[in-house]
Amino acid sequence: MAAAETSSIAGLLLVSVLILPVVGILAQLALGGRFLNWICLAVFPASFGVSAATCAVVWSHGEPLIYIVGGWQPPLGIALRADGISAAMMLVTAIIICAVAIFARVEFTQPSGAPEARAPFVFWALILALWSALNALFLGCDLFNLYVALELLTFAAVPLVCLKGGEATVKAALRYLLFALLGSMLYLMGTALLYGAYGTLDITLLAQRVHPERVTWIAAALMTVGLLTKTALFPLHLWLPPAHAGAPAAGSAVLSALVVKGSFFLIVRLWFDAMPGLGHTAGPQLLASLGAAAILFGSVMALRQQRLKLLVAYSTVAQIGYLFLMFPLAMAAEQSWTSLAWTGGWLQLFSHAFAKAAMFLAAGLIADALGHDRINDLGGAGRLRPLTFCTFGLAGLSLIGVPPSGGFVAKWLLLSASVAEGQWIWAAVIVVGGLLAGGYIFKVLGRAFTAGSDAPVIVTPVSLSREVVAFSLAVGAVLLGFFPLEPAEILQIGRPEILGSTVP
Amino acid sequence: MAIMNAITIFGLCAAALVGLGIFGLIVNPQPLRKILAINILGSGVFLMFGVIARRGAAAGLGGDPVPQAMVITGIVVAFSATALAVALLLRLVLVSGAATLEAEAEPSEKDGR
Repeated sequence: MAAAETSSIAGLLLVSVLILPVVGILAQLALGGRFLNWICLAVFPASFGVSAATCAVVWSHGEPLIYIVGGWQPPLGIALRADGISAAMMLVTAIIICAVAIFARVEFTQPSGAPEARAPFVFWALILALWSALNALFLGCDLFNLYVALELLTFAAVPLVCLKGGEATVKAALRYLLFALLGSMLYLMGTALLYGAYGTLDITLLAQRVHPERVTWIAAALMTVGLLTKTALFPLHLWLPPAHAGAPAAGSAVLSALVVKGSFFLIVRLWFDAMPGLGHTAGPQLLASLGAAAILFGSVMALRQQRLKLLVAYSTVAQIGYLFLMFPLAMAAEQSWTSLAWTGGWLQLFSHAFAKAAMFLAAGLIADALGHDRINDLGGAGRLRPLTFCTFGLAGLSLIGVPPSGGFVAKWLLLSASVAEGQWIWAAVIVVGGLLAGGYIFKVLGRAFTAGSDAPVIVTPVSLSREVVAFSLAVGAVLLGFFPLEPAEILQIGRPEILGSTVP
Repeated sequence: MAIMNAITIFGLCAAALVGLGIFGLIVNPQPLRKILAINILGSGVFLMFGVIARRGAAAGLGGDPVPQAMVITGIVVAFSATALAVALLLRLVLVSGAATLEAEAEPSEKDGR
């Protein structure tokens, strides 16, 4: 009885978290732009509520929520499964998307009385599609189903890049799409090989059947490279800076904070859940080496940028690198410290999501207010827009890893794990990366708070409410810093035994 | 034995298509050719699904239906992807007057004039 009750709650929550945003899009299409504001007002809080409820249920039960779609058991049917990491990801996604929605409300509102504008309609449809696709990625259990979710995510993200419609942004969008399509084809090829070898694509079943042989390595390599293309890990990051810098501020925030994390989440699923045996290969070290290269290269490139949005975009390239340090540390043979690294990696993801969303929104506000985003001409702008630059600074502290901030806790956990496990090289990279991040953050702040030769003028006034939204996201990144310095319980829910709670 | 041979031949064809697709994607600078190359790569992957379906055929069936169902979904996704890419390319031609992804040198020159 209790089990049946749980499963009906699970079904209701997991299905509505996927369907609600889609219902919003359909309502937009059916009712037209006149009701756009009302639809958004209904759909965003509802989806947020369901995501938060799912997270709360997973946390309080302490075990994953599973829903078998249509009553068809895997391998033939498809299961939806919310474990600790997917519940946490869903909550973070919901918070950031809703904050960005409040930020974008003014910019993308349907003008009353005037003929229907196209940009608001497209923007809200894309954001909702993106939300649904991300949730599908977090809940999916079937590798092919996850492929479809990945493609939905790409198709929602690419048009967001070229919403402004200029030549440079269309080029950036097309380049992004080409990279993403190559990535998804490689992923699909790996899926085909796995199905051919083991006859299932369900992650849980696959984990039991998979064994170390050539076809597994080839499939894993293909799928990982495909997903790395979408995650923009160095050296496959070429598409990211122009795409993320070209999108409207609200779009950049979602792209940088969430979309690249979607494919990262899938890499984690693959390496930790579907094929745990990969930990015994050279794979994790290779991923972390690429991550280390991304940290150094991305930070140096960020230091060299002249435009604020490009600087923030290159900082994303660098911060993505930290996520991959989690692989050798959390898959280490000696398991006393693995759960520390596991928590550190996820905290890095969450705090970067908050900080980078705040930073892109702040960069957008600066560009709106001054009419340009050239770093050299920012002299003295900090006095004109103190709250915006304060947002930029707070978010920057989290990226650098200054306490108290989410970034500090994340980097501290990764650092302690790498020292404890004797993998010193990653500790060195974390420290150098933090210094470089300090360099590019203070380059902007220093310029903004010293008077330039000619004082900047406010071209367009910026509403206080938008500044407050960006500021609260930055505060969110700082608040994550009050997270206890130990493995988090919720992130362990539904973990296989390898990563069980073996805390010393 | 005869089936085995057919499967091998189709498998090799799939591999060749994948190779051609990736080669074309990397080597060709024009975006339209890149889009076509991705479609060739996709055909190779779909053919591989077909090979796997045939190889996994259970008693009395011509093939395993699950990979076939996946191919149909995959084709729909690839079709939408191509449509989106071509739409972006058309928009690019409309905005810039040329279908090229080379960014750095040209626009600044154009802006100057």
